[in-house]
Amino acid sequence: MKLHKASLFALYAVLELAGDPERQLSATDIADKYAISTHHLAKVLRTLVRSGLVQAVRGAGGGYRFTGVPNRTTLLDVIELFETLESELDIPSPRGRAGEAVVEELQSITREIDDLTKAVLDTITLETALNSARMRVEREESGSVFPAEPGGS
Amino acid sequence: MNMADQITIRNARPSDFEAVVALDLVGAAEEKPAYWRGVFDRYVVAERDDRTFLVAEREGEAVGFIIGEVRAWEFGSPPCGWVFALSVSPRTRELGVGQLMFDEICRRLKKAGVTTVRTMVDRENKLTLSFFRSQGLRTGRYIELEKPL
Repeated sequence: MKLHKASLFALYAVLELAGDPERQLSATDIADKYAISTHHLAKVLRTLVRSGLVQAVRGAGGGYRFTGVPNRTTLLDVIELFETLESELDIPSPRGRAGEAVVEELQSITREIDDLTKAVLDTITLETALNSARMRVEREESGSVFPAEPGGS
Repeated sequence: MNMADQITIRNARPSDFEAVVALDLVGAAEEKPAYWRGVFDRYVVAERDDRTFLVAEREGEAVGFIIGEVRAWEFGSPPCGWVFALSVSPRTRELGVGQLMFDEICRRLKKAGVTTVRTMVDRENKLTLSFFRSQGLRTGRYIELEKPL
């Protein structure tokens, strides 16, 4: 799976802001932390504001703050503001039924993969992702080994 | 007093039968008393260390339950803890009932000698899936496959 840049930037922004809903951060604050384009992030933040997940606070010391519900908002909720997460099979029209059947089978397999991807992203809330990230840092700081990623060698 | 402080986690008793069936109905399409009678026989009456059936109680009322056991070598898997049922009354959601029960069953499973806990949840059941995710469970190394017959 390859997320669009906008989705990834949105996840950075939302997770950063949801970590402390009282705190206001500028687009530059977030962009600097993740070494990403402020200009691109500002566009992403406008979409997040329109969605109601984030509020733009004007004036001196203004910026953005999180207005969603961290234990009710999933990673998929954020990603789907920017993309549909449907695999694209760039296949020309096959000739004959046998060719069509192969294409249908491949499409069926990609749908299965898409469904699994969505099922994972739709059950990880921002709160869970933030807690896991905090635990990751705590374990690294205490010198304990973080469990191997599933599927990793 | 913190609401979670009023929750007690204890072993299920035969007298919890009706409360458990009622709690199960919250997330199930139909009542299945015969199934639950079998579960009570195997997980409550049998009193085995590798089987755990816990009830969360608040002010004398059962408000949740969790059931698990150690299973070995099914699907080629080394001994592992399985949690196969979990329910919390909608009236006591977000009080930490699920977490208290899950922490306790993990403690019991660990004491029984396993180092991994596993479960399986309908992918449409976002509430339960999100709960297990919040407890640190991730997609495991076994993949469930099925086909209509």
